[in-house]
Order: sequence, then structure tokens, then C-alpha cells
Amino acid sequence: MDEMEQTVLAYVAKEYLEEDDDRELTVDTPLISGGIVDSFSMVSLKRFLEKKYQIQIPDADASAEAFDTVTSICTVVRRFRPN
Amino acid sequence: MSNIGSYEERLQGFDWSIAERELGYRAGDVINIGYHCSDRICDLGHGGKLALLWEDHQGREKSFTFDDLRVLSNTIAAFLVRLGVQPGERVCLFMDRVPELYIGFLGVLKMGGIVQPLFSAFREDSLATRLKDAATSVVITQRKHLPVVRRTREQLSSVRQIVVVDSEGAQLKAGEVALDLEGEPRVEAFEVFPSTAETPSVLHYTSGTTGQPKGAQHVHYSLIAQYLTTKWVLDLQSDDIYWCNADPGWVTGTSYGIIGPWANGATQAVLDAGFSAPRWYAFLQKYRVTVWYSAPTAIRLLMREGTELVRNYDLSALRHLASVGEPLNAEAVLWSKEAFGRPFHDTYWQTETGCIVVTNVPGLPIKPGSMGKPFPGITAAVVDLKTSEPLDTPGSVGLIGIKPPWPSLIRGYWNNPTGYANKFKNGWYLTGDRASKDGDGYFWFVGRDDDVINTGGHLVGPFEIESALLEHPAVAESAAVATPDPTNMEVVKAFVALKAGHDGNEDLELEIMNFIRKRLSPLAMPQKIEFVASLPKTRSGKIMRRVLRAQEFGEPVGDISTMMDD
Repeated sequence: MDEMEQTVLAYVAKEYLEEDDDRELTVDTPLISGGIVDSFSMVSLKRFLEKKYQIQIPDADASAEAFDTVTSICTVVRRFRPN
Repeated sequence: MSNIGSYEERLQGFDWSIAERELGYRAGDVINIGYHCSDRICDLGHGGKLALLWEDHQGREKSFTFDDLRVLSNTIAAFLVRLGVQPGERVCLFMDRVPELYIGFLGVLKMGGIVQPLFSAFREDSLATRLKDAATSVVITQRKHLPVVRRTREQLSSVRQIVVVDSEGAQLKAGEVALDLEGEPRVEAFEVFPSTAETPSVLHYTSGTTGQPKGAQHVHYSLIAQYLTTKWVLDLQSDDIYWCNADPGWVTGTSYGIIGPWANGATQAVLDAGFSAPRWYAFLQKYRVTVWYSAPTAIRLLMREGTELVRNYDLSALRHLASVGEPLNAEAVLWSKEAFGRPFHDTYWQTETGCIVVTNVPGLPIKPGSMGKPFPGITAAVVDLKTSEPLDTPGSVGLIGIKPPWPSLIRGYWNNPTGYANKFKNGWYLTGDRASKDGDGYFWFVGRDDDVINTGGHLVGPFEIESALLEHPAVAESAAVATPDPTNMEVVKAFVALKAGHDGNEDLELEIMNFIRKRLSPLAMPQKIEFVASLPKTRSGKIMRRVLRAQEFGEPVGDISTMMDD
């Protein structure tokens, strides 16, 4: 797991899971289809990513599939992050 | 041949007694929704028929026959009686779309309780508001929601018991009890509570412009309208597989996700998973869904994924599509024709109406973008905004009014008789929705007549959001209004004036968004926040939300003569 994945995973665990939620969260855990992050909450997750990595993610690229795992989210972020 | 046959012929001499006869009900009889959705179907000889095909996001599957529904709802009813729950007490269902939610709904009704389904994405402030108002005695929930329910319970005195349906491995505390539905001894025979037509059944909370959400109180007689509208509008027939996307935390998920289909003896499929276009199409394909009741927001999300994706699946079983929750735009109707070979039929109704009241029934020509025509037995009109007199000139915009009574009209708002009385004027139930009617009698939605925000088909009240915003240490005052959104029709936007010493930056914006999401729900979270120096107010100090809303929609702001100068 790289640094970005660690950061995003930690953020999702902190913001979208209850403190005493004992579900295991990995970079491949389905977030949207698994009911951890819903389509409305995706907006705040997208806002976090844009702020943290100083990028703009077009709405068309912020689909439920693209945001379904930490791995896929990081793929999106890398695509829009300046080298 | 559709169930309704000719709409025009059904209008002639229509009487709700059609449904009463089909359900074997006569005035004064016992009528219990729990019984009619399970025992009665078994009594008709269909106990072995599949009632529920369930699958979750991990691909786990379960199926239940109508006899399973009968016995397992008996089991939950008996369990609640053993807990000391009395008829008339409120029992909250706070669960994802697990089988216990659907079967528990019937179980509570069978023992005479008032079932209070609440959307499981609600967080503790939203949950507490609704449980406190209803003085709820018991909350049935899942282990994953237990932390929220526990924190909520600390604020309340009424909740005696928390029932956990999947407690394996959890350390339960005092006042908490496990219910392993499939592990419990099956209760074959249960004496169903002898509810009658006006016995309270379901308490759904709905948002208005002012004050906290109101508990819309339904009665068992609502079954009559929910049964017939399901049969004629959704056209459920004996060999259909039906999928309703709505969560039973909202009225569509109970009226047409539990009561209507099961009272008709239909098989329904339930997917307990978040939105994913490929997953949804795979679900439709796998279960050979024939009738699909969805929502414009979901349809627009599917549209974003394009028609090519649809071609990867065999959806040839689909024969009838319907939609509810927000106005179905013409583009979505046309897209569904292209993608699925058939249009979505828009249906219009509200928590308060209990059943579909204006709709496109099968066979009625669809005018894309129109709400359709009144269901037989429903007298609907566009009435003047001030006088509530019907407007007969085609194209005139007014409020949609429905002439009471009809079987599923709510009988009151819990603890709020004045709020209920205010919904009626000049002999009409006023929906708060503006529309016009064309020369052919089709209704066309225009918009809300108040400040309620319709986001993704869910109504969110600004007052609840503004109250929660004030609890944030940086917020001095705020106004929550609707702003247009291409997918959800509307989303919440908050105008926020900060206390001295706070800077309106993007860190604070995200912090406030998450603050509301965790306090209330993701639906209530402002998706946009604008920091302002002050808010427009009347000279008496009341915030003028309509001015802000009009700005968002690019509409005229109207009369601002009472607005206070800066």
C-alpha cells in the first residue's frame, strides 16, 4: 500500500465508519456498492481528495464505479494529479 | 392485457369497493396489513410461492416463500409480545434492506404495533428527533447500526429495548436483546391483532418547511388503495418478478416495496447494495425482473453510464417500468425507450397520500415529461394558490389538490393536529406541489410551493439542517435551500454566516459538510456551502430563504418589499 492509499484509507475509516465498527477495511473493500459510502457522501469524499491533492475531478469521472474502492479512487486521483 | 384494461372505462362508476371485494374485506371487518401480506396469500393456496428473493452486496442470497413470510412474521410478532410490547406502541425498524426489515414490518403490524421505519443512513440527531417525537418503545436494528442507536438512546427515555438481528459476537448491554430470526423457534400459529380500518399502522416521518419532521400516521385501511394501485399502475401479475428500488425507510419502500406487492401475492426481488450500474443490470438479468419501479435520480445515474453498458445484459424479461420520487424528465423517458425498449411510467404521490394519485397507467399514452392523469377514484385538480379554487383553464399553474377522502390518506401528523389541519383548504388536500393541467387532462409538474428540498427523490427540511448547522462552533446563522443538480434534481446548499474569528475556507467547508452528514444524514449534507457576510431577512428578522432559492434557480425573487436593508 502506497502513501496515497494509506491516506485515503485512513480518511474513509475515520469519516465513514463508526468508531467501534469492526468491519475490516482494505484498499479493495467495496465502498459504494458495499454501502459504506453512499452517492451523497461521495461528494464530501471527492471534496477531500480535491483539497488534499489540489486537483479538480470532473463529475463525469466521479462515478460510483470509480469511487468504489480505495484502489480505484487513487487511480482517479493520480490521473488528475500533476506529475 | 394489463390489469387495468381501459383507463377510461375504469373511471366510469369507480368505487374502492373493487379492492375491498378482491381482498375479501367488508366494512367493519378486521383488516391487518401483516395478515393480508402473508397469511391471506397462504390461505389462497400460494404459501409455496416465492415472496422474496434477496441478495446483498457480497452476493449472499436468500429466498422466502409466502409461508416463510407467514411463519417468520409470526415469530417476530410473538417475540415482541414476549418483550412486553403492547398494541399501539411504536416499534422502529432501523436496518439496511435485510430480510428482517421486510418480515419485521409485517410482524410488528401483526401484533398490533405501529411500525416506524427509518432510513438507516440517518445519524443520531435525525434518529433522535424522530424517535423522541414518536416516543418509540423498541428499535430493531443491525449490529452495524448499534453504535448510532446506542448514542441516540442516551438522549431518550422512551426506548425500552434495542433488538439486534445479527448480534453474533457482539457484546450486548442492558436493554438490548438478540433476535436470530432464522434460529428462533418458528411460530406456526399467531393470533393476529384484530385491527380495523382506522387502526394506526405505519408512521413515516416526512419533512416540511417549518419545524422538525412530521410523523405521517397511516392506518390499516390504506391497504385498499395500495393493493389496487399496485395492481393497476405497476400491473403486477401472477408470474411477475418485481423490483422496487426504494428503501423501506421511505414510504415508497413500504407502500410499494412491501404492502402492495405482497398483498397482490407477487414475488419481489431485493438488492441490499449501494448503486452500481453494472450490478443493477446484472441483478435485473439474474432474477429475470419483469416489473421495475425505480426513481429519476437512479435513471439519470444509469443514463450517465450510457446505453452500451445495457447491451451487455439480457434484460429481455423486463415488460413494465415505472418511476417515482421526483418529476421524470422527458429525456429520461426517451432514454429508457432506447435503452430498454420501453418507457418509464411516471407516478406521483406523497408520504401523506399513501398511494399513487396521479400517474401514467399502462395503456394510457405517455406524454414524456408529464405526470399523467389521476388514478381512478382520485379527484385531483390544479387549484389557485391563494383561494384553492380549481383552475379550469389549461396551462394555469396552481397547487395540486386532492379531494378527500381516499383509503390511504394519512389520518394525522403525530402530535401535530394543527400541522395536519393546515394541509386542507376549501375541501382539498393541498400537496404543496405546483403543476398545470393540459387540455387532455394530463398534469405537468412545475415545482414545490415551499422551501422543502427534493434531493434524489427524498424530501429534506431546511429547518432541521439549519438547526444542526447552528450547533457548529463557527456558524452564526445559516439558510439551507435547494440548488439545481443534474442528477439529483436538487441538492442542499447552505448559505453560512460565520462567527467572528472564523475564516470561510475550503477546510471549514469540508468540516461543516461532514458535521451535518454525521449529525443528520448524507442526504441532508450541504453539497455546496457559500460563506456570506449576512443573510437576507425580513424586517422582523426572518431569513428569506425564497430569495436565496430564487437566485439559485435563476428565477425572479418576487416581492422583497419586506426585506431588511443591509
